Amino acid sequence: MSEWIWIAMCILFVVVGPLVGCVLAGIDRKISARMQNRVGPPLLQPLYDVKKFMAKEQITPNKVQDFYVMVFLLFTIVTGAIFFAGMDLLLVIFSLTLAETFLVLAAYSSGSVYSQIGAQRELYVAMAFEPIILIMAICYYMHTGSFSVSDIVENGSMSVVPLLGVFIAFIFGLTMKLRKSPFDLSLSHHAHQDIVRGMATEFSGRTYASLEVAHWYESVMLLGMVALFFADGTWVGAVVGIVVALLAWVLEIWIDNGFARMTWQTALKSGWIVGLVLGVGNVAVLLLI
Amino acid sequence: MHYDASSCNGCDIEVLACLTPVYDVERFGVINTGDPKQADIFLITGAVNDQNKEVVKQLYDQMPEPKVVVAVGVCACSGGVFKDCYNILGGVDKVIPVDVYVPGCAARPESIIDGVVKGLDILEKKRLKLREGGGKR
Repeated sequence: MSEWIWIAMCILFVVVGPLVGCVLAGIDRKISARMQNRVGPPLLQPLYDVKKFMAKEQITPNKVQDFYVMVFLLFTIVTGAIFFAGMDLLLVIFSLTLAETFLVLAAYSSGSVYSQIGAQRELYVAMAFEPIILIMAICYYMHTGSFSVSDIVENGSMSVVPLLGVFIAFIFGLTMKLRKSPFDLSLSHHAHQDIVRGMATEFSGRTYASLEVAHWYESVMLLGMVALFFADGTWVGAVVGIVVALLAWVLEIWIDNGFARMTWQTALKSGWIVGLVLGVGNVAVLLLI
Repeated sequence: MHYDASSCNGCDIEVLACLTPVYDVERFGVINTGDPKQADIFLITGAVNDQNKEVVKQLYDQMPEPKVVVAVGVCACSGGVFKDCYNILGGVDKVIPVDVYVPGCAARPESIIDGVVKGLDILEKKRLKLREGGGKR
């Protein structure tokens, strides 16, 4: 019975995921505009943008770049599918890193200095973010005795209580992974840009559209990870998880609008300090209980 | 969507004013990007001179089809008061094809937004034309 639910979740993610992600991106732009006292674009503006980019001429410095971006999209979908199918959390993390690697490769493959600097910064941000999710997986294992997402959900209690430190660290890392303002040094979504468009400088037409679609998938998957902290196998847990995930999204938008961009040194230092203090602290607490 | 300058900065400030809460051009889904590869509309201010002629040409060439050029301000349209200067080419259309001319010194934000929205119509027509051309091939 429960196997079918996981398969349904997985299919639901692949089919409905981008639509949810698109609406989330629209809400992001709308709320950002309202925070700046503006009216803002229509809710489905990200969808119109992607449709427009699909119709545009393709200018690519080399053929391999488009391939890398397609693989990035593919592995982002695979990562989410593994996660929502209730499979191994470690596999999710490795697949997520692999997807990230292909995006960095795509940015490195062009000769543009802007995209190369963007790729370097993305690697630093990844270095800051990766320890947090690895410690998260360790804590899940120590708490539930399994790396499997389905076991974590069917554990029977909300993991957020014993994993509070890791939860806070993950919310902190979410800002990096969603490329929101204090840590949007590799690729920023809004008008505030410093190295042109960072990693996406050389992406145009369909390639840029697939990058956007991959971001939609990524957002939904990351918010799913937030919801996992609250999942206890019942409807209550699911609803609380979704509500908290949406609140986390609004929090990220608020942080995005409230902070200036920081250097990669700050990103790396803060990522490691928050990750190690809260994460390792959480591991110690789990060992003691 | 994109914008470049080589002017006295009067029009540039008015272009930036379009992005502020008062005029909020993002209502139409328009954002100011620095990347020509992701831009549709090339908003250009100032009468082009010999030095930045090549820059304007290069930015235009880097933009993928379909694309629209909007010349903002009287200098960009015809050269304005700088028309007779030895270093001034006298208008953007001396270098690249222009689709929409927005006059004024400096051009008012209302007229710039009007020009951009007119540019969006031309963009749509160009897109359909491009698709028909692609279908024949």
